[in-house]
Amino acid sequence: MIEARGLAKRYGAKRVFDGLDLDVPAGGFVLVTGPNGSGKTTLLRLVAGLAAPTAGRLEVAADRARIGFLAHEPLVYRELSALENLVLYGRLYRVPERRERIGMLLERFGLWEARREPVASFSRGMQQRLALCRALLHGPDLLLLDEPFNALDEAGAALLDAELAALAGQTFLVATHDPARLRPVATATLALA
Amino acid sequence: MPLAFAALVLLGGGLGLALLWIGELEGFAAGGIFFVHVPVALSAYALLVWGAWKALRLLWTRDERYDLESYTGIHVGLIFALLTLVTGSIWARAEWGVWWDWRDRQLVTFLILFLFYSAYFMLRYSLEQGPARARISAVYALFGVVLIPVSFLAVRLAEQFLHRTPLIRAGRPDIEGTVLGVFGVCFAGALALAASMYAIELAGKRLDARLQEAR
Amino acid sequence: MTYLRDAAALARKDLLLELRGKETVPAMVLFVVAVFVAFRFALPQGQERAAGGLLWVAIVLTALLGLVRAFVPEREQGVLDALVLAPCDRSAIWLGKVLSVLAFLLIAEAAALPLFALFFEPVDAATVAAVLLANVGLSAIGALLAAMAVAGRAREVLLPLMFLPLAVPVVIGGVGATVTDDPARYLGFLALYDGIFAILAWATFEYVVTE
Repeated sequence: MIEARGLAKRYGAKRVFDGLDLDVPAGGFVLVTGPNGSGKTTLLRLVAGLAAPTAGRLEVAADRARIGFLAHEPLVYRELSALENLVLYGRLYRVPERRERIGMLLERFGLWEARREPVASFSRGMQQRLALCRALLHGPDLLLLDEPFNALDEAGAALLDAELAALAGQTFLVATHDPARLRPVATATLALA
Repeated sequence: MPLAFAALVLLGGGLGLALLWIGELEGFAAGGIFFVHVPVALSAYALLVWGAWKALRLLWTRDERYDLESYTGIHVGLIFALLTLVTGSIWARAEWGVWWDWRDRQLVTFLILFLFYSAYFMLRYSLEQGPARARISAVYALFGVVLIPVSFLAVRLAEQFLHRTPLIRAGRPDIEGTVLGVFGVCFAGALALAASMYAIELAGKRLDARLQEAR
Repeated sequence: MTYLRDAAALARKDLLLELRGKETVPAMVLFVVAVFVAFRFALPQGQERAAGGLLWVAIVLTALLGLVRAFVPEREQGVLDALVLAPCDRSAIWLGKVLSVLAFLLIAEAAALPLFALFFEPVDAATVAAVLLANVGLSAIGALLAAMAVAGRAREVLLPLMFLPLAVPVVIGGVGATVTDDPARYLGFLALYDGIFAILAWATFEYVVTE
């Protein structure tokens, strides 16, 4: 699904990483670990197509309609409600039976009651849940998740565990500074320095 | 370096010829500056178009070396635009006794372009180095090259309600024969100067980039 | 068709945000009125004929005020990344923004033009036509430049510096249509400006938001 050879990303003189090789087979679950600033986020952005590599080859066998991207920020409009945000994204992603799908996701992530509240009033954990809904909305084949457990409480983390288990068979590339939680489901780990 | 040498010889020779010539020509008393102003203005256009062409190549090919070439073209183009404004102002002073006249199409157009391209540098400095900056700068360069004819047309249209009679430079209408030859030499000199400044600036910028990378 | 629906959905989102926050349109209306008042005192007796020209400066500055805020919702929380990732054509993001900026500008002008007629001089059909044409060009270039500006650090300062030189031809076309006896050629020029720069902005927006 993802194949990278000698991948490098530099911003002027600033080197994020160099000579990176990565293989993620279809159905694989690959963890990307490393300290802050090691380029986990940048790697995910490269795979998503949000950034271009400085050197090397990168092939991703999924166009952007089939990619689900969870970033550090929730990527939603703060002044719109959870429902309005998801309806907008559902439209842009041409999700069939949008309302039902959105309702189901909101239920599953415990946001149904708060669906009409503006995101600005959400706690950080609720925003993360909404961000997960957004990333999963269109049923992507390739999931790029940047610190998915970030800000989630125990209940939220358990929901995410269950969701990841339900999505087994999809392809995952997950950046995390705390790999212990995901090690049981991971098929490989890429450690960035 | 041969280019810089050629620029010196051509510009020096051309101006020398022009000065010799002016002595014999009525109405050209103030026109010596013509042999500097017009070639410099045309070279400025050439540089800005060159910068836009390189920008287009960048967007086409994603090859980042075009970024520096486009940047350099616009950088030197802006210097030439400034020279155009200065020499045009001197000419206006010599011919009409004022340093600035809004009826001069060329000067007004160059003022608009100068402002627009000055913001190009602000834009570049405000962006992180990398492919995003290269692409955004390239798009801006394309807007600039389209703005050239549009603003030229607009300035002409504005004459209708600003002032009915455009000022025509004394030097321009009767360019023929030997004058044309002298003008040609000066134009070649200005172009050679533009090209050599471009080459030197590009080499400097490349060196900077390499030094930065090595660090 | 989906293309237009995407653009419409994005524009509707901007209108909804404005309806919630009321951060842009009221500011634009107040601003244009304040500019009129300030301008009145810039016109000593005998200079009132210059009002037609000042109207155009006011319109361009009001558009600029709206544009400075245009991509603020997208800048917050990195939403622009999500829009860029969505499978819709990237230029639809531009078109959506143009539509919403256009709508805000129309609302501000719906207040400004009658006030201009009340304060200064009657507004004729040619002026209205010129305003409508100018709006298209200003929104088209403005949405693109605003996207450039939010990518950088000095965004609030940068946008006016890029926008105003590019808007000078619009001022010329607008003033010509307002003050001369032959507005047709100026309206034609404005339409030409709209066409050229709308196509250019539409074609290049993708490069501004992607690497």
